[in-house]
Amino acid sequence: MIYLKLFWEFLKIGAFTFGGGYAMLPLIQRTVLKNNWITEKQLVDFIAVSESTPGPLAVNMSTYVGVRTAGIGGALAATFGVVLPSFLIILLLSGCYKKFQNSKIVRGAMTGLQPAVVALIAAALLSVIGSVFDIKNLFSGDNLLSVAVVLIAGFLCYKKKHPIMIIGASALMGMFAGAVL
Amino acid sequence: MCKATCKELFGVFFKIGAFTFGGGYAMIPIIKREIVEEKQWLSNDEMFDIIAIAESTPGPLAINSATFVGSRVAGFKGALAATLGVVLPSFLVILVISQILLQIEHFQIVKNAFQGIRAGVVVLIGSALISLFRQIKKEAFTCIVLLAAFILAWGFDINSIFILILCGLSGVIWSCYLDRRAGK
Repeated sequence: MIYLKLFWEFLKIGAFTFGGGYAMLPLIQRTVLKNNWITEKQLVDFIAVSESTPGPLAVNMSTYVGVRTAGIGGALAATFGVVLPSFLIILLLSGCYKKFQNSKIVRGAMTGLQPAVVALIAAALLSVIGSVFDIKNLFSGDNLLSVAVVLIAGFLCYKKKHPIMIIGASALMGMFAGAVL
Repeated sequence: MCKATCKELFGVFFKIGAFTFGGGYAMIPIIKREIVEEKQWLSNDEMFDIIAIAESTPGPLAINSATFVGSRVAGFKGALAATLGVVLPSFLVILVISQILLQIEHFQIVKNAFQGIRAGVVVLIGSALISLFRQIKKEAFTCIVLLAAFILAWGFDINSIFILILCGLSGVIWSCYLDRRAGK
């Protein structure tokens, strides 16, 4: 059953997203592509929407994948799944968090998890780049636009502009290129 | 008493959920103002504790802090009220937006906009990657884990969850080894 499947897959994602936000990307990418729920391009589009709407990225993305896959019921199942692990873990820890924080095992696990999260996001980013750029047709108009956007957005990012502004600028460049080319 | 507090928790976290864009660390100043300064539900130290816990437990910071504050203030019901409050705005907004997107995504101008946006997202992911990379302590162990995890993920397409478990375990084993060596 699709609701149960969505709930279970997003429960796993919620339980293994350390660091929140983009740490979720590798997990969600694999899950949606493996199950053919949405395409990689739709996922990338939706990262932009999640960044431009209020709320945590994780909730936005799971609600979106859920609603696209199986309507409102799907959205409920996916969002409930992604929230449940943190909810239960924090509930358990809220009484004894000092002990948890100072535990050697937790600290040890974090020294291994932090670089792993970085590596996984790097691999996910390469896959996203592969879906954004057309490798077979290197000098296509779309690729030129993408390079221009990466340069401008990279500059805005370097200047610490808000993600919404970066997305807005990228959208304008896309619309402009579409009108000119 | 609890009923009123729970309502209040729900309201405050609804506001936090509705007005933070991007989630995560963007939420910290708002949580600080609402929870520490206005409602005084937590002390400043406790707030920093939450951030530390959120970093070493799975799940988004927003959910972790809502559950933590809720349960501190009013037990299980409080945790439920606060978490529901922080999730509900995004949930509702995304339901509406996904419907709007379905209606407009076939227009050429929207397609063009997203063609540009996708490259912008590459930059956003890249910048998140850089800032996470900066936070890692650069030691031989972390570099090896980073490289190994990358090769497993990119070269062999191994399941991310498996890689995370493996790296977490190796971190535990490594820190035990360091402790033992230091003890001798």
